[in-house]
Amino acid sequence: MNWGSASEFFAMGGHALYVWGSYGACALLMAVEPILARKRRSQALIELKRELRANQDSQDETTS
Amino acid sequence: MDGPSLPAALGAVIRRDLLLAMRRKSDVLTTLFFFIIVVSLFPLGVGPEMAMLRQIAPGVLWVAALLATMLSLNRLFAADHADGTLEQMALSAVPLGVLVTGKVIAHWLLSGLPLALLAPVLGLQFDLAAGSLAVLVVSLLIGTPVLSLIGAVGAALTLGVRGGGVLVSLLVLPLYVPVLIFGAGAVEADLTGLGATAHLSLLAAFLALAAFFGPWATTVALRIALE
Amino acid sequence: MNNRIINWFKFASPQTFYPLAGKMIPWFWALTALFGIAGLYIGFFVAPTDAQQGEGYRIIFIHVPASWMSMFIYLVMAFWAALGLGFNTRLSGMMASALAPTGALMAFLSLWTGALWGKPMWGTWWVWDARLTSELILFFLYIGFIALQSAIDDPRRADKAGAVLALVGVVNIPIIYFSVKWWNTLHQGASVSLTRSPSMAQTMLWGMLLMALAFWMYSIAVSLARVRAIILERERHAGWVADLEEVRS
Repeated sequence: MNWGSASEFFAMGGHALYVWGSYGACALLMAVEPILARKRRSQALIELKRELRANQDSQDETTS
Repeated sequence: MDGPSLPAALGAVIRRDLLLAMRRKSDVLTTLFFFIIVVSLFPLGVGPEMAMLRQIAPGVLWVAALLATMLSLNRLFAADHADGTLEQMALSAVPLGVLVTGKVIAHWLLSGLPLALLAPVLGLQFDLAAGSLAVLVVSLLIGTPVLSLIGAVGAALTLGVRGGGVLVSLLVLPLYVPVLIFGAGAVEADLTGLGATAHLSLLAAFLALAAFFGPWATTVALRIALE
Repeated sequence: MNNRIINWFKFASPQTFYPLAGKMIPWFWALTALFGIAGLYIGFFVAPTDAQQGEGYRIIFIHVPASWMSMFIYLVMAFWAALGLGFNTRLSGMMASALAPTGALMAFLSLWTGALWGKPMWGTWWVWDARLTSELILFFLYIGFIALQSAIDDPRRADKAGAVLALVGVVNIPIIYFSVKWWNTLHQGASVSLTRSPSMAQTMLWGMLLMALAFWMYSIAVSLARVRAIILERERHAGWVADLEEVRS
């Protein structure tokens, strides 16, 4: 075990800014990217449903 | 063989493009003046100390040559694409690769060659010695054809695409890095007395590689654009 | 034998790949978490403090994996691109464009962590070191690929044009790397070599490998998620899309 206490762990031997700056940016971007990918898919799904509903409505109109 | 022989077709394309350029000299002159102006701006930006200017001269001249070549890339295929000539070329009996090579050679004759011939005059502004000026010209003579060959791929990929002019710089400039390093490096090596042979032979190797792959990739890209 | 070949081509169709990818994504997320936790544990709690670099060296556990992935993803992208150009399969182009943003992200992370590592070690945020410089150019290549694809409206042309660019790039990457290296040694620039440190212990290597695996699994998971979105966007008018459960509900 390298660290005596939690504060020692967060201080990173005086390199806190650099170590946590790297890991923080990494964690942030890796959290954002999957959210963006999911958003893109749900957006595509919404548009798909809208298009299908529009097609169905126009079909209903022609049959009625 | 019903079409013309390949060297004849190559010559015809080069002659045609040169003739077209002669009718519209301003295009060629704009590129040259861009080169001159960019190079002349640097001393104004960094100060007139000759020692420093001598040191940055290879890089400045080469970066300016890179940008000038890139500016002229758009007209490589755009006009022929707009009036349908390119489609005729793609359909002709002569392989498209040969015609593309001809167009690239014409592009180099109109951009790279004048730049290389003009460079020593601008090098004098930076107090380069005669030996270094000679190396500069040789490096530009070997390096600028590579720029035209790589640039043709970028020009073909962005043909008819919105924002093509800026886009082509984004695609092509990163690929120019090796040429820049060894082109400017050759002059720099000569300045520091190391001898530029190694740099120049590597540049020549790039030229051989680009001459082999470039027209082929350009042809593929053009066929995609014409679909 | 023959059966197997047919099966491979079956998975190359977006229709079969879409549900398959959906089933695989959770597994890759689980593997990411598994390798990530193990790697971070070794990185922070098992690996000892470096004698020369103090605690700052712990950045390598994300810097090196990010650099590796940025290069590896470009290769995979070029592989899909070549496949798409050669066999004209629809899925290949979608895979290539799904991978590009993740590759750009990895290249960016490698640059960011490299800068944060350089500051305490050399006192500057940026060193024109051979690796950082080639990583920067690789980042530009990714940006160029993404810009080209987003500038072309017709998806088929975007796929093919992107494929040509990716292949030209992959031929150039070794040349760029070696010329940058040559340029760097000529100018005797500083070298941000994290891995060449003599105190590189076995445990550090293990931590790095585990983190690299975590990054790899992450890249697969997120690009599969993106390729599913791209499939839905592109195959909008295909009949099978309308029959999907998530579309009907």
